Amino acid sequence: MSTDPDPCDLTAHEVLSRLHQGSLTAVQVVQSALERIRRVEGRRPTAAAYSPTPEELAEDRRWVHAYLHLQGESALERAAEIDRALERGEDPGPLAGMPLAVKDIFCVEGTPSTAGSRMLEQFISPYTATSVARLERAGAIVLGKVNLDEYTFGSSNESSAFLPPVGNPWDPRRVPGGSSGASAASVAAGEAIASLGTDTSGSIRQPAAFCGVVGLKPTYGRVSRFGLIAFASSLDCVGPVTRDVSDAAVMLGAMAGPDEHDATAAQVPVEDYRDFLDRGVRGLRIGLSPDYFRLRFPDPGSGRIQEQEIGGEIAATVRHAAQLLAQEGAEIVEPVGMPSTRYGVPTYFAISRVEAASNLHRYDGVKYGHRTSQPVEDLREMYRKSRGEAFGVQVKLRILMGMYVSAAQYEKHYYQQALRVRTLIRRDFEQAFSPQGKFRLDALLAPTTPTTAFQLGAVYGDSVLMQYADLLTVPANHAGVPALSIPAGLDATGLPIGVQLMASDFREGLLFQVGRTYERATQDEAWRRAKPSLLEDLSAHP
Amino acid sequence: MSEYEVVIGLETHIQVKTASKVFCRCRADSWGAPPNTNICPICCGLPGVLPSLNGEVVVKAVRLATALQAHVSVLSYFARKNYFYPDLPKGYQISQYDEPLARGGRFELPLPDQAVRHIDIQKLHIEEDAGKTRVVGGRRWIDMNRCGVPLIEMVTGPDLRSADEAAQYLIRLRQLLRWLDISEANMERAQLRCDANVSIRPRGSSILNAKTEIKNVNSIEAVRAAIETEFARQIREVESGARVMAWTLEWDEEAGVLRKMREKETEGDYRYFREPDLLPIRLEEGWEGRILADFPELPLARRDRLVEQYHLPAYDAEILTEERSLSEYFEAAVRAYPGEAKRVSNWIMNEVLRLLRERGLTAAELKFPPAHLAETLQMIDQGTITLATGKALLQKSLETGRAPRELVAEEGLAQIRGSDELQALCLQVIRAHPDQAQQYRAGKTALLQWFVGQVMRASQGKANPQETARQLQDLLGPER
Repeated sequence: MSTDPDPCDLTAHEVLSRLHQGSLTAVQVVQSALERIRRVEGRRPTAAAYSPTPEELAEDRRWVHAYLHLQGESALERAAEIDRALERGEDPGPLAGMPLAVKDIFCVEGTPSTAGSRMLEQFISPYTATSVARLERAGAIVLGKVNLDEYTFGSSNESSAFLPPVGNPWDPRRVPGGSSGASAASVAAGEAIASLGTDTSGSIRQPAAFCGVVGLKPTYGRVSRFGLIAFASSLDCVGPVTRDVSDAAVMLGAMAGPDEHDATAAQVPVEDYRDFLDRGVRGLRIGLSPDYFRLRFPDPGSGRIQEQEIGGEIAATVRHAAQLLAQEGAEIVEPVGMPSTRYGVPTYFAISRVEAASNLHRYDGVKYGHRTSQPVEDLREMYRKSRGEAFGVQVKLRILMGMYVSAAQYEKHYYQQALRVRTLIRRDFEQAFSPQGKFRLDALLAPTTPTTAFQLGAVYGDSVLMQYADLLTVPANHAGVPALSIPAGLDATGLPIGVQLMASDFREGLLFQVGRTYERATQDEAWRRAKPSLLEDLSAHP
Repeated sequence: MSEYEVVIGLETHIQVKTASKVFCRCRADSWGAPPNTNICPICCGLPGVLPSLNGEVVVKAVRLATALQAHVSVLSYFARKNYFYPDLPKGYQISQYDEPLARGGRFELPLPDQAVRHIDIQKLHIEEDAGKTRVVGGRRWIDMNRCGVPLIEMVTGPDLRSADEAAQYLIRLRQLLRWLDISEANMERAQLRCDANVSIRPRGSSILNAKTEIKNVNSIEAVRAAIETEFARQIREVESGARVMAWTLEWDEEAGVLRKMREKETEGDYRYFREPDLLPIRLEEGWEGRILADFPELPLARRDRLVEQYHLPAYDAEILTEERSLSEYFEAAVRAYPGEAKRVSNWIMNEVLRLLRERGLTAAELKFPPAHLAETLQMIDQGTITLATGKALLQKSLETGRAPRELVAEEGLAQIRGSDELQALCLQVIRAHPDQAQQYRAGKTALLQWFVGQVMRASQGKANPQETARQLQDLLGPER
């Protein structure tokens, strides 16, 4: 390497060791990230009407536009505190000096916490989410809040009220994925070393795959949801988006565990996930399922089940990963049938929308958030106008569907039925992982997404098709099991491909174990040296 | 007697007496606090918040269910009741729906003729309260202090047969709630709220006709009045050939009338589903031992036992068991007193209760323990003090904190009898009132009691009345 990497392009563990060595200060790391932001962000997204001229559009589509709110001053202050603590010989925590981008679905005290919606454009949170507070206590430095699909409803980050939309650093004319799109993009672009995201049907893993970074959906209940603006309460998971598996392990360790403010946060003790990183995969049983190499979905018109192979480079990348792991001593088991995978998305439609519609009831213009300034005759009109003006189309679609599916006369057929089907999806995993079962898997290996990052505007508007992109990720949300997406290569056009590992409840350590082994086994592969085109351009034009 | 009978079911909401709200740490009771000062992100339904269950609410609800002989579910679930209203911050109320905490209980309602009616308690469940709305000057003002206050909802079957019975039910329910320390149950402070379902039918029939629901009744008297008004209205409807419609009515206390509530205010589909943010309520193995430890004797059972055990009239037992600590005070005093329980009862019903009411205290708070009452009674029995002194002693002892015997010794309150002292006193009084003495001697013998009263006053109640009367008679004499 001719030059030292910029501090903002390091991993958190690299930063930590340099801080302890004294070759780097936390202030320098934050300054590096802020400088990178200045260079690759482009203009700040706003909730104003977005109708760019062709020239403006072309310019916007060169940059990332990840941050909705940037707090450089306080980040530098916090970094200075950490530096002083280090000087005094104190332990500033396992994430010391790590610039963190927080998906704007988290309430962070004193920051606008918007959920990417006009509804909360002016809402400054009076409290901080448990997960964010724990990361800060571990030494992470919140740089700001990053964009997302509005209320996390989406898989491309295009449905935010705050535009221009996020650009994928590998090709800013393409989506970063969603809903944690800006989380993944900011980490890929060096605008943060890690990000805190959420995953309800793949919203951490899919953008991580699209942006070539690591994304973990922990076991449901592993990390407290207190302070996470709720979408689907029984599916939402808080998780890390990082540069490598080790960082994800440390970040999870810092925020996992019971919380008196979240009854659904598991009482299961938190392991030291770093212990798993160097165990290798000898003797582990890793499965491949044909149900994850094809998309099966009901045709929206006829209702008949359609099928589409996941072929080409993505399938090849997964197979290559399997081969490598076999070389490292793992036993590859196939075929592992996961027959209920095909029901994942319709089940998700029913359950998540019922919960989402209810969770969004509180945005009524009464006590916070947007209230219409139009004259109103009565209460109902106030509600209708306030919500109508402030919610985007995707949000309205979710609410409508949720209301329909939970209506007294329909809920048995849709909502109750979906709850039952969810147990079938869970059963697929139980059978795959059961020590007494046929397969006795430690982990399941699969693609994360059926495609690489698509063009901005290409899929948005076809919400059914957009949602079927979640087909490979949503089963883990239904089953509650942990799932890790790791970068595994690039396609022919140079776009990142991610592969996914799933394991049984609370076995995140095992996921890190396999993921780290794969990282080491591929560390010399050519694609590891590739950089997002946006960063290549920077080096070319410093 | 009307050819119609009224059929009433009551739905009561009980504010539970815990320190904190049901899903957050704010105070459960903030009556009188300035608006929006007893709130936090959780009970205000801010983005991102989650509820945390206050287990003490479950404990109290289980104890109430047990008192009602209801079947307590070891596993019950919270559910969301979704609707929009400004004082419901989340736009849904966390309640229970398909699997409530308890079902199938029985409320024993004593009727005036000594009979007891059994009122079915169909279900009992836990839920959170909404805030308060006031319309002032054409604008709605919302106070969220009450959001998240723990409530127990109890629904009866259509088993009450008159407005009086409904009022009695509420009185007895209030007694039970206070007895078990579940709620202060003060209707005027909205700690006990009641909606009444009312229908009529020909007397003797057993069908159930369309019922109206009456809301916004804020006192027991209002419940009585509203039901009577509605009973009369339904009779008029039916007699004029119309049908009773299943309306929701609001009671206007000032005007004393019922008004139909606008349909918009009464929602239809609440889209109930199980609350995903809370775990099911699970009563762990051995819960009876923990939650029902020191479960007390219930008011009616204690009332009947006092009659049985102490041979008290029903009237006495009723008053003594009106409030739990009073009944305990009574029994403690009886244990400390060798004489008749009735005597203790009389003293408590008169002297002690008066003191309690004057000072707004319960017997538990009274700094005049039962043993002191027993002591006072014994001193009267033994002639150490007069009755009048005894009555005054209660007050003195309370004010000074000294035991009765000590006070009697220190202040020389012992009775004055058969002595020169008494004679001297009588003479003193006679000399002070020559006119009355003359009238007495002239034949107005009724004045004797007046003279006795004067001597009592002069002696601060210590003079023995009977002896005083004899002395005076001697001294005054018919002709001297």
